[in-house]
Amino acid sequence: MDSETKRAIIMENYMHPTNRKRMEEEEYLKVNTNNASCIDNIDIYIKFKDNIIEDITFEGEACAISISATSIMINNLIGKTKEEALKYIANFYNMTNNEEYNEDLLKEGVVYSDIYKQGNRKTCATLPFRGLEKAILESLK
Amino acid sequence: MNRADFPLLKQDIIYLDNGATSLKPKCVIDKMNDYYANYSANAHRGDYDLSFKVDQEYEQTRELVKEFINAKCLEEIVFTSGTTESLNMIINGFFGNLLEAGDEVLITTSEHASNVLPWFRLVKKLGIKVNYIPLDSNYYVTMENVKKSITDKTKVISLAGITNVIGDIRPIKEITKYAHDHNIFVVIDGAQMVPHVKTDVTDLDIDFLAFSGHKMCGPTGVGVLYGKKELLEHLEPINLGGGMNESFDSPDTVYLKPLPTRLEAGTPNIAGVIGLGEAIRYLNKIGFENIVKEEHNLRKYLIDKLLPLKHIDIINIESDSGIVAFNVNNIFSQDVAYYLNKYNICVRAGNHCAKILKSSVGVTNTVRVSLYFYNTYEEIDNLVELLSDYDKIVREMI
Ligand SMILES: Cc1ncc(COP(=O)(O)O)c(C=O)c1O
Repeated sequence: MDSETKRAIIMENYMHPTNRKRMEEEEYLKVNTNNASCIDNIDIYIKFKDNIIEDITFEGEACAISISATSIMINNLIGKTKEEALKYIANFYNMTNNEEYNEDLLKEGVVYSDIYKQGNRKTCATLPFRGLEKAILESLK
Repeated sequence: MNRADFPLLKQDIIYLDNGATSLKPKCVIDKMNDYYANYSANAHRGDYDLSFKVDQEYEQTRELVKEFINAKCLEEIVFTSGTTESLNMIINGFFGNLLEAGDEVLITTSEHASNVLPWFRLVKKLGIKVNYIPLDSNYYVTMENVKKSITDKTKVISLAGITNVIGDIRPIKEITKYAHDHNIFVVIDGAQMVPHVKTDVTDLDIDFLAFSGHKMCGPTGVGVLYGKKELLEHLEPINLGGGMNESFDSPDTVYLKPLPTRLEAGTPNIAGVIGLGEAIRYLNKIGFENIVKEEHNLRKYLIDKLLPLKHIDIINIESDSGIVAFNVNNIFSQDVAYYLNKYNICVRAGNHCAKILKSSVGVTNTVRVSLYFYNTYEEIDNLVELLSDYDKIVREMI
C-alpha cells in the first residue's frame, strides 16, 4: 500500500470514525484506555456474545492516529472470535514494534506500518487495541 | 536575547515550551560540572577543605535566593526538590497540623495539580473544605471574587502567582493585604512567577512561596520553600534523618537543628543547589526589567499575528506573561503539536496538569506556547507561518 493510500485511509477513519457513540446498555462492557505520556483518552464499549465480539463502539478525546486506529479496529474486529481478535492484536503490536507480522491478517490495519519510526506516536496507534485486549482477557478469566 | 549563552540553541530547534522547563545556560552547566569534577564532597560535614568549599557554595546560594526574593533572613530559605515538594511540605507539614474539620481553603480551577492534590488529601484526612474562587471572563482572579469567596471559615488562600495554563498574573499584594486583615494565610505557587517577574516576598507579604529551579534557567531536581520565619518554625519536618538533628539518644530525646537545616534532611541535591545559585546570578545579570519587557513584546507580536487567522481560537488573548494557549479549529491539540514537531518546533499539548480547568474554560486540551527571553521574533514568524496554512496542518498532522 503506498503512503498516499495509507494517509487517505487514516484521514477517512479520523474524520468519519465507525461507531463513535457511548453505549449505556447493560450488555456492553466499558473499558477506559489512555496514554500516560499524552492526552489520548478513550472509552471503549464492547458487547460479547459467547465467544464472539458482537459489537464495539467508543467515545473520547484523542489524536488523529488514536481515533483512526480505533475506527479501523472496530471495522476489522466486529464479528471475530476472541481468539481471532487476540491474534490480530498481537500482529498489530508486532507491526508497531517493527517485528514480523502477518500483513494479510491486519488488512487495513497496515496503514500504521511505518509508525514504529515515530516513537512518540506508536502508543497512539496501539491505544484502542490495549483497551480491547484488556477487556477480552478479563472476559476469559 | 542572550541566545549564545544556551548550548541547546545551537541545534536547529525552536523551543517554545518554557512553561514546562527552561533551557540551561552554559554557565549553569559549567558550574555543576565544576562541582562534580573538582570538589564533589558532601555538604555540612566539612572537616576538610573540599567539603568546606561545598558548604560555602551551598550556603552562598541561600544568600542569593534570599536577596533574589527579598526574604528577611536566611532561615526562611529551605532547599527542596522543587515546587511540588515545597507545596507538599507546606500543606502537610504546616497546614496539616493547623487546620480542623470545616476550615476552608480557597484555590481556583486553574491551579496546577501540585496545588490541588495535597489540599484534597487534607479534605480526606481532616475534613477541611476546598472552595474555588470564581474566575472572570478572562479567567482572571479579581479582588471582588476573592472577597466574595471568603467566609469566616476561610483559613488559607493558595494560588499560583502566574498560572501555567492562562499565564495571568494574580493580584497577590491586594490579596495578602485583605487576607491578613481577615486572619487568612496566603500560599503562593511561584513555579511560573519567580522565573518571569520580580518576586519580592516582603513587599507582597506572602506567607509561603514555592518555586523550582528548572523553570528559571537552573537545574532540575532543586527548588525552594520560602516561609515567614515565625511560620516555618511550626512546619513539621516530613523527612527525619541525617543532617537535620542535633542529638537522638532515645525517642524521647530527639533534638532537631534550627531552621533551615531542620527541613533539609539527608544529603541534599548539592550540584542542583549550586547550579541554582548560578542561574540566579545569571538572571540578575540580565535583569528582570529586560526579561519582562522582552517577553511582553514577544507575546504581543505573537498574538497580533495569530489574531487574523480565522481557524485559530486563542484562549487567552489578554494575559500579562509569555503564555499563549490556543486551538486550531477541529484539530486535536496533540496533532497540532506533532505537526509542529515535524519542523522542530517544541510546543506543549494537553491540559497542562490543570485537569479541573475544563469546568471554567470549557476545553480540556490546548496547544500552549510559553515564551522566555531567549525566544525571537523570527521563531514566532516561523511558527505562525506553519499555523497559517490550515490545509497543510491537516495534511501533515499524521
Ligand atoms: C503553576 C505550576 N505549579 C507547580 C508546578 C510543578 O513544578 P515542579 O514539577 O517543578 O515541581 C508547575 C510545573 O509545571 C507549574 O507550572
